[in-house]
Amino acid sequence: MNAETLSPSLWTLAWRRLRADRVAMVSLAVVLAFLALLGLSASGLVAADWEREVGVHYAPPVFAGASAGDGADATGQAARAALAPNPFDPLAADIAAIGKTGALVAPEAKRQTLPFGADKWGHDIVKKTIKGGQTSMIVGLGAALLAVALGTLFGAFAGFYGGFVDDFFNWFYSVFTSIPSILMILTVAAVLQQKGVSTIVLILGLTGWTGPFRLIRAEYIKHKGREYVLAAHAIGASGWRKMFGHIFPNVSHVALVQLSILVVGFIKAEVILSFLGFGVPVGTVSWGSMLNEAQGELILGKWWQLAAAASAMAVLVTAFSLLTDALRDALDPKLT
Amino acid sequence: MTAFFLRRLWQTVPTMAGVVLLVFLLFNWVGGDPAYILAGKMSDAQAIASIRTQLGVDQPYPAQLWKFVQQIVTFDFGNSWATGEPVGAIITSRLGPSLTVLVPLTILETAIGIALALGLAFVRGSVLDRGVMVACTVGMSISILVYIIAFQYGLAYKLGWFPIQGWGDSLGQNLLRYAPLPILIGLCVSIAPTLRLFRSFVLDEASQDYVRTARAKGLTERRIVWVHVLRNAAIPIITYVMANLPALLIGAFLLERFFGIPGIGREVILAVERSDFPVIKAITVYVAAATMLFNLLADLLYQAVDPRVQLA
Repeated sequence: MNAETLSPSLWTLAWRRLRADRVAMVSLAVVLAFLALLGLSASGLVAADWEREVGVHYAPPVFAGASAGDGADATGQAARAALAPNPFDPLAADIAAIGKTGALVAPEAKRQTLPFGADKWGHDIVKKTIKGGQTSMIVGLGAALLAVALGTLFGAFAGFYGGFVDDFFNWFYSVFTSIPSILMILTVAAVLQQKGVSTIVLILGLTGWTGPFRLIRAEYIKHKGREYVLAAHAIGASGWRKMFGHIFPNVSHVALVQLSILVVGFIKAEVILSFLGFGVPVGTVSWGSMLNEAQGELILGKWWQLAAAASAMAVLVTAFSLLTDALRDALDPKLT
Repeated sequence: MTAFFLRRLWQTVPTMAGVVLLVFLLFNWVGGDPAYILAGKMSDAQAIASIRTQLGVDQPYPAQLWKFVQQIVTFDFGNSWATGEPVGAIITSRLGPSLTVLVPLTILETAIGIALALGLAFVRGSVLDRGVMVACTVGMSISILVYIIAFQYGLAYKLGWFPIQGWGDSLGQNLLRYAPLPILIGLCVSIAPTLRLFRSFVLDEASQDYVRTARAKGLTERRIVWVHVLRNAAIPIITYVMANLPALLIGAFLLERFFGIPGIGREVILAVERSDFPVIKAITVYVAAATMLFNLLADLLYQAVDPRVQLA
């Protein structure tokens, strides 16, 4: 085949349209930066030591100055130092002996300020936000992949086979959509009784397949009568092969846009679930658990954890939403 | 009309049966044995056996399913596992506070959404229009948690314009004193997605032939948008608002939790925290039934709005 006669594919055209859109390219860069950070943090290259207590209790951000952290901590230390030695302390002799052998390691010097402050335990907020973002993004991506995979599978069967199969999946769809999604998620969370990143991926994935299902089903109904599918049928391709070998590449752009929409929705849902304590287990940090801690800190005037988690999430979700809109426009030029 | 209503009602039967079956499978099969949750840490075999008999979970599955169906039809889900109150009483007493927040919120949200969407239709494609759309996207990206935390801290705690939280006994006091801040936050959160959606409905209509005809016969732009376009855009707007009403009942759970409003949403959260299965089961089934009912009502409203729609 000649190179000149090769017409550009759907994806080439979409990429061309996307590249012409400046907002889309900036959003894409932001999303890719977040994904790179996710990769680095998951592989332990960045923020692996977020649990080290490097700063003092609620160390303020550098730009706010050490004075922003009120004197509570300093007075606490002063009070401890002023405590007179207790002559009846039964352990005094032992502790003195341990102190002489040098087994008691002197605590490392805590910093008074950190680039973006510290939480209650003196964890660096920047590292904590990166680590929290890792959890939130893994949940969002994993759950969205599961939901789109389920929706595509069900939608392909329902749309391709029609008849009784279609009726069954439509019934299943109307059952799931008549329960509001947040209620469904909470119900499943109540029943499962266990916390963990994989549990929350399962909960969100198993309840979120309805959106992709509806659109993919419609696409399969449209495509199953097309000539290329009839041709595949004529050469004896199996149903599975026609559905996923032949039709799916032609409807995969719908799945991609749905994936992108669901990632945004699931990142938001994970934050709410973790905030309520139904999400990630204790000891795992996510943006939701950070907001949960930050809620109480705000009254003490420690705003930096709230600001860090909220703005990281807002930037990622804004970029992802703008990218989704642009992706939809680029892949489906009929819309505009 | 009556025939249509009855047929639609009949069509919801399989869906409702599916919801009942799904909830039953989740709680009685996936969820494992509730006796262990109830017996707690100090459990012995005898205590567990007696709880199982009491709950009826030692019966075969078909018998349990039949009991569940009876509970739904008679509105009698027994008592809450956590507080011992009858579940029916819990739901009816939580409905009032939820509605006190939700009814004004829905009315304001819809009215403001429609007004802004039609207003933007005048200036579509302009810098203002695009600016508002970008602002909506950014506004939607901020977690509802952040809105609640920031508003509660700023407006209630720092400035003292509103009570930080609480709920009274009289409707007037609740509506004027405790509900305004939750309603304001609810509006801030929901206006962005609502406006985006309503704007797309309005723009769909704005390019129709009848709009051109109306312009050609010399109607003012204001009359075209507020009378002709609004009437036609009302159909998808009604569907959206009606279909979302039952979901809103649950969706306000964060507002209810933060502001100590004893509504349905907060009850769901409490029930999930305490593994109070009867309450969750009852709320899930009734909210699903309400969703179907409201969808049906939306269909009936279409005809009132659009005489072209024939419900046969």
